[in-house]
Amino acid sequence: MKIPVIIDGQLVKVEKGTSVIKAAGIAGITIPTLCYHDALKPYGACRICMVEVIYQKQRRVVTACNFPTEAGMEVHTDTAKVREIRRMVIRLLLARCPDVPILKKLAQSMGIEDIKLKQKDEKECILCGLCVRFCDEVVGANAIGLSNRGIEREVTTPFKVLSGTCIGCGSCTYICPTGCIEMVVDGEKTGMRMEMGNISIDPCQDNYECETCDVDKEFMTTVKRVFAEFRNKYSSH
Amino acid sequence: MDAQVLDRILDKYAYRHSDIIEIMQDVQRIENYLPMESLSYISERLELNLARIYDIATFYKAFSLKPRGKHVIKVCCGTACHLSGASQSLDQITRQLGIEEGETTEDRMFSLETVNCLGACALAPVVVIGAEYHDSADANKIDKLLSGYKVNGESTD
Ligand code: SF4
Ligand code: SF4
Ligand code: FES
Ligand code: FES
Repeated sequence: MKIPVIIDGQLVKVEKGTSVIKAAGIAGITIPTLCYHDALKPYGACRICMVEVIYQKQRRVVTACNFPTEAGMEVHTDTAKVREIRRMVIRLLLARCPDVPILKKLAQSMGIEDIKLKQKDEKECILCGLCVRFCDEVVGANAIGLSNRGIEREVTTPFKVLSGTCIGCGSCTYICPTGCIEMVVDGEKTGMRMEMGNISIDPCQDNYECETCDVDKEFMTTVKRVFAEFRNKYSSH
Repeated sequence: MDAQVLDRILDKYAYRHSDIIEIMQDVQRIENYLPMESLSYISERLELNLARIYDIATFYKAFSLKPRGKHVIKVCCGTACHLSGASQSLDQITRQLGIEEGETTEDRMFSLETVNCLGACALAPVVVIGAEYHDSADANKIDKLLSGYKVNGESTD
């Protein structure tokens, strides 16, 4: 069933339950995002996609990436309030990771010059969870996860030991918006490993040849090839 | 931990993913902490990804990935307890057992932890050893308590 939604004064018809961000996309309106990816379930972590919606006479601020549309909903993606919230989010993220290009770019486009908050030591991960979710939902390797909480929350392999399931596809490197997972090419057998600060995610050093290994080699080769193609195709931008 | 024991726990919860916290609590009740091998085994049997389990294990303060002693000592350092001298109590324990906060004695008898308010402020300073609450636990009282535990602990071991 299609329902009418008004986005920035523009009427669009979408399937009921479509997220605000997808509806906006149909209307040709782009909302900034950091933790959202088409191929993954929405996660609502970065809060940069905030918009105002008016539904049944109630006005509220919601995250566009995971908020479902309803018939007759009015969405405003660029109000003063929305802009203020986004600026605050960017300030907070920049306070955590002052050197991340994508954050700097967003800050510039929003007219933020000084970061008034105290800056922490250098840490580039914004905890958007894209790498973790991609490794889980698309690759299916589940090699990395989030752990701890509060200021100690971080991306790591379980128990911070070498992963037995990372296939070295490099998807996490590719998808990370801040570029904090680096693919390091060395090592004779596997050729590469992912590095993030002091955490290193290594694909199997024995090339998945042990008798007890669960990883399907053929599947892995295919995945690797697909991602290599994917990366080559998009590495130009 | 024995695979059989783990299987029994998993059976008890009918291999439900939604009961992962209860499962982990059961393991910790027996082992006093969550051994890595046990979590890996659970992950395999439940077909629940280990990264997720590790997330849960590190998220909740109640879970420990490090072996803990037979008796876990919790010193309350909440406001009321702090004002009535919790830090002296903590010092006393540190001196007497030779371990810092977050550590376990070599004989694996005691682990030392601090908490923020146990909801028993009227009894400040509060120290919990195992499941027992001790009120007005100043350095003197702690000295006696721990000596008692040590004698008992050693004679029963
Ligand atoms: S390189 Fe390893 S950790 Fe990264 S997405 Fe691929 S399997 Fe997951
Ligand atoms: S490492 Fe990158 S993709 Fe993963 S959570 Fe951090 S910022 Fe996001
Ligand atoms: S894109 Fe919506 S919260 Fe990150
Ligand atoms: S502060 Fe210690 S019990 Fe409340």
